Amino acid sequence: MRRAVLATVSTVAGVVLLLALKPHRATPPPVAVPPPGRTPPAHSGGGSRTGTFTGQVIDTRYGPVQVAATLRQGRLTAVKVLQTPSDNGRDQEIADYAVPRLTQEALGAQSARIDAVSGASYTSEGYIRSLQSALDQAGA
Amino acid sequence: MGTVFSFDLRDPATPAVTRALAAAVRLLHQVDAVFSTYRPDSAVSRLGRGEITVDRCPPEVGEVLRLCALAEQRTGGFFSATAAGRLDPSGLVKGWAVERAADLLLAAGARNLCVNGGGDLRLCGEAAPGEPWRIGLADPRHPGRLTGTVQGRDMAVATSGTAERGAHITDPHTGRPATALLAVTVVGPSLTWADVHATAHMARGRAVPVPGYPALAVHPDGTRTADARFPSGDTS
Repeated sequence: MRRAVLATVSTVAGVVLLLALKPHRATPPPVAVPPPGRTPPAHSGGGSRTGTFTGQVIDTRYGPVQVAATLRQGRLTAVKVLQTPSDNGRDQEIADYAVPRLTQEALGAQSARIDAVSGASYTSEGYIRSLQSALDQAGA
Repeated sequence: MGTVFSFDLRDPATPAVTRALAAAVRLLHQVDAVFSTYRPDSAVSRLGRGEITVDRCPPEVGEVLRLCALAEQRTGGFFSATAAGRLDPSGLVKGWAVERAADLLLAAGARNLCVNGGGDLRLCGEAAPGEPWRIGLADPRHPGRLTGTVQGRDMAVATSGTAERGAHITDPHTGRPATALLAVTVVGPSLTWADVHATAHMARGRAVPVPGYPALAVHPDGTRTADARFPSGDTS
């Protein structure tokens, strides 16, 4: 139980404090827009932080990114990717690679076996920001 | 293309640690502003174009360039800040910046933490009381899977590889992309140096022994070779 509590705390710290060291090209920063048809969070109990929380659609230079986070009693148990950039093969390729890694990273801090992953040099600002907004909704 | 940094603190967040965390985030933004090769107006971009001299740059530019020169010397030229023909110290800056960010947190009293800069990790203390950090190594051939694990306390783990960005490491001696290895992970006390040696091993196409910095190399056929001292967490 102690392990679970520690892991929860660390995951919140880990995910909330992610930041992107992003390129600063001549494009404006990504702007969060409300998703067109947001599914209402499936709350099952007020403060228990259980349910699936849909993150905002984040417009990145590569295209829109949106994820949904599933929490059980405050623990992040799954991240479902609703949208990733797919305009061209390369975008799709990067998303196919990066997204499972990010999910692994987001869940990893809660795994009893793995605390983090080395070797992922991913680009993922949209994922992180969408996940962040999902966690904000959850109050996690 | 950006890199994501994350902080994973395993101690209670005291006011001092919370302030240090904010300072660490500011530090990373400053490092980005000074060293980014994506920003045409960064000190390093202007230095690379010959518009300014090192004397006119923020002092940390001189510090990083001195480290780059030392890295080039220690790796027989297989690490180079000008490997691709233009000034780009990014290969050293990421680990160096992660280390400085971790130092701010340690100075504020944090003891058990992980700072992750795009898959290069500075691990302090342990993951939980009595439990070492366990780090998965990304499998360069199978996205989303792991090729092994390392475990330990107070250590740095750096991986250099071709998996996500293709053969982006250039052999400074030939100017051609290095393709003999898929990935190299180096573990040691300093992330700056673990990262330098991982990049140099990739450029060289084989992992040569470096005292204090054991390596694990992944070959194109998926086989792995590791130094005897490499702190593998695998049971097999």
